Amino acid sequence: MTNSSLTTIADKPAPEETQSCWSCGTMRAVHFCESCGKVQPPAPVDYFTFFGLPRKLTLDVAALDKDFYLLSRKLHPDLNARAGIQEQEWSLQQSSLLNDAHRTLKDPIKRTQYLLKLEGVELEQQSKSATEQARSTGETKKQIVPPDLLEEVFELNMQLEELRMQKKMGEDDPALIEEIGRQKLELEEKHEVLLRELEDNWKMWDGMIQRQQNGQPVSDEDRRQERDKMVDLLNRRNYIRNLVRDVNEALEQ
Amino acid sequence: MATDRIVGIDLGTTNSLVAFMQGESPVVIPGEDGLNLVPSVVALDDKNQPVIGNAARKYLTETPERAVYSIKRLMGRGVDDIQQELKFFPFRLAEDLQPGEVLRIKLGEKTFTPREISALILRQLKRNAERFFGAPVTKAVITVPAYFNDAQRQATKDAGRIAGLEVLRLVNEPTAASLAYGLDKKQNGVVAVYDLGGGTFDISILNLHDGIFEVIATNGDTHLGGDDIDNLLITIALDDTLGDLGLDLRRNGEAVQAIRKAVIEAKIALSSQPSVKLDVELPGGKRYLREITREQFEQLIQPIIDRTVGPCKQALKDAGLKPEQIDEVVLVGGSTRIPKVRALVKNLFQREPHIDLNPDEVVALGAAVQANILGGGSEATENMLLLDVTPLSLGIEVAGGVTDKIILRNSTIPASATQFYTTQVDGQANVAIHVLQGERELAKDCRSLARFDLKGVPPMAAGMARIEVKFLIDANGILHVAAREQRSGKEAEIQVQPSYGLTDEQVEGMILDSFDSAEEDFRQRQVIEARNEATTILAALDKGKKSPAWGHLTTDEKKKIAKMEKSLIAVKSEDDYQAIRKAIDALNQGTTRLAELMMDSAVSTALKGKTMDEADMGEGPTAPHPMAKAEFE
Repeated sequence: MTNSSLTTIADKPAPEETQSCWSCGTMRAVHFCESCGKVQPPAPVDYFTFFGLPRKLTLDVAALDKDFYLLSRKLHPDLNARAGIQEQEWSLQQSSLLNDAHRTLKDPIKRTQYLLKLEGVELEQQSKSATEQARSTGETKKQIVPPDLLEEVFELNMQLEELRMQKKMGEDDPALIEEIGRQKLELEEKHEVLLRELEDNWKMWDGMIQRQQNGQPVSDEDRRQERDKMVDLLNRRNYIRNLVRDVNEALEQ
Repeated sequence: MATDRIVGIDLGTTNSLVAFMQGESPVVIPGEDGLNLVPSVVALDDKNQPVIGNAARKYLTETPERAVYSIKRLMGRGVDDIQQELKFFPFRLAEDLQPGEVLRIKLGEKTFTPREISALILRQLKRNAERFFGAPVTKAVITVPAYFNDAQRQATKDAGRIAGLEVLRLVNEPTAASLAYGLDKKQNGVVAVYDLGGGTFDISILNLHDGIFEVIATNGDTHLGGDDIDNLLITIALDDTLGDLGLDLRRNGEAVQAIRKAVIEAKIALSSQPSVKLDVELPGGKRYLREITREQFEQLIQPIIDRTVGPCKQALKDAGLKPEQIDEVVLVGGSTRIPKVRALVKNLFQREPHIDLNPDEVVALGAAVQANILGGGSEATENMLLLDVTPLSLGIEVAGGVTDKIILRNSTIPASATQFYTTQVDGQANVAIHVLQGERELAKDCRSLARFDLKGVPPMAAGMARIEVKFLIDANGILHVAAREQRSGKEAEIQVQPSYGLTDEQVEGMILDSFDSAEEDFRQRQVIEARNEATTILAALDKGKKSPAWGHLTTDEKKKIAKMEKSLIAVKSEDDYQAIRKAIDALNQGTTRLAELMMDSAVSTALKGKTMDEADMGEGPTAPHPMAKAEFE
């Protein structure tokens, strides 16, 4: 420990993946030993693999939760507080990995983003670097407006601007507020539709993964196409979500 | 016993308690004075020895410059962010404080950090437990407000270490309360814990299912509580005396403490009475008199208690729940005894809140439950597991002074996030990282946890280095950081500049009686304490012999008492504390009837000496809103 306010992790590399429990040596151990219950060293795996899941997007969240609670009862530091220092360290790391994986996979959007990241798409990077660039140059961040929304968004932004002006002047225009509220509902509906479309995309993706598992050829091009469709959907969804947020802010102010 | 006893400690703003699991249920361990609550007050006596708890309270009014209370408000904070507190609390900062230095408080001529003062309270609790068990206690679970940030948590952990305690876990107070409550009820459902204490407010929403206590969302304010109500009433009293008498008492520590004592009593009385009369003796022989009705009081405190509404709504929103989806609401903290607070909670959650567990003790009881779980569990805690969350988002500063959140609030802990950094110029060897905690967009509006430098990045062209930094929040809610340069595989050295922390060496230097846990030292202290107790009880017995009650005892009873007295005197001079204690207990039991008889006569004497009329203070004020003019005599 270098400091008590911000301690550094004892960063020992995990030992080579073993086929047997480090403690009792009985069997192939994943996260904990089914024979003696000892926590095993964490393996550097992705979140799907951690839960023993294929890289598919349609997911039984109730089953995921169940596994999460089962594993929590084995891996949580509170239940390993009397173990040796090394095992406690593994318990901390395994438990954080478990929580991170559960948090990511149970949320449909985070799950999709995470899978795309595993597929090499740097969603965050794109938006983050764009944001940073915009901030450093003082420009407003350019967002690609989905073409089918262009007209609506233009009008909505005008109305929001008007609303903000009115609020600043202390005026009140119930008709305008009602109109914006109506548009907000429409946007929320669009958001719902997008989520359903995303679920359709999941099915396409999952089918492709299944075909691959069955030994059928899946070309890089196929993979890229499915991926790009989801990237596009997520971008549109983000855009709409941000709009709804702007509307809420304008209405609440 | 094979395993160490682990105690649960509630280190509160106003009161602190220590509890442990006795068989299948948690119990609070009383102090030497027989009381469960240890007031979180620390004073220095005239020999510069620390006095803690009930014994320290008299110093607040007698020598206020040698006493301190509500120190929890200063835990993990810097000089800059306590300016608001200094307006309302008589904290006397050390004069030689340098900017950026850890806070130190003056008690008499000595100075102490808030950690050390908290450690003195913890040490007292540790001693109470040791006295109770007759064995050393070295391990503890300590509770903290759920909304405490990293620095405040670390400060609490340090305080434990300074007190000679290994802090096995920091548990969030509302979560601890739910453990005590859940142990009691053993049922599934969604529970909201509303915890308004002396200085902090927390709201936590938990899902209880099959023994798992899963926190879904938490929110709060670490500077909101009963203290704020007291300060408001004190301010009014000080304004009155200044306005009407031209008497400025703001710098008069003794007078302020006398007023504080009176308003606290009034506040408590107003929870059960429709009105209360304040009567405070002021310097110069004047008296400050004022009647406060409950209605006036409620009007006054409305703005303070309304501050709990925002966090409750936010927690519900974060949990994705509507008030009607909450199955139970549990009240924790002394301030929830105020009827207006109960009404507010009832209105907010649209249901009658639970008050079946003592709101002062439930957190300590829950800490004892968690201590039991950590110690391997028992029949009562079998299958119980706590899944808590981090109350605040963790972020890092990126270009433009913006906070990039990497672990969102309400994430189940332990939680981690990995970030990649690179260099901006050729051959750059260091990369600076600023870690923040909070929800705001801009770094300057968030709480700065630490700045650290990644050092020893191998020389490479700009943008080539790929430094992996792993942030991990452990089960205590405390942050850990590790870094590695990926291309070279070299571990980058992390140099930390904590914003409000202490180095390990600094904490080591503070450790109170390093030999505190040593067996011999422990034994000696037990002997001294047992002897002191023996002296007290023998003196009480002498007094009893002179009281009229003595005459009511039978000859046989008197003979027995004399025998026990003799054997206590005999063992008192020896070094066997267990024998002394045994003799004390025997004498204690043997004199129960005498004590009862004395009590009866004491009560009748008191009633004889005073009439009810004398307790009355005459006419109250007449003008309304918010309160009438004060009266002075």
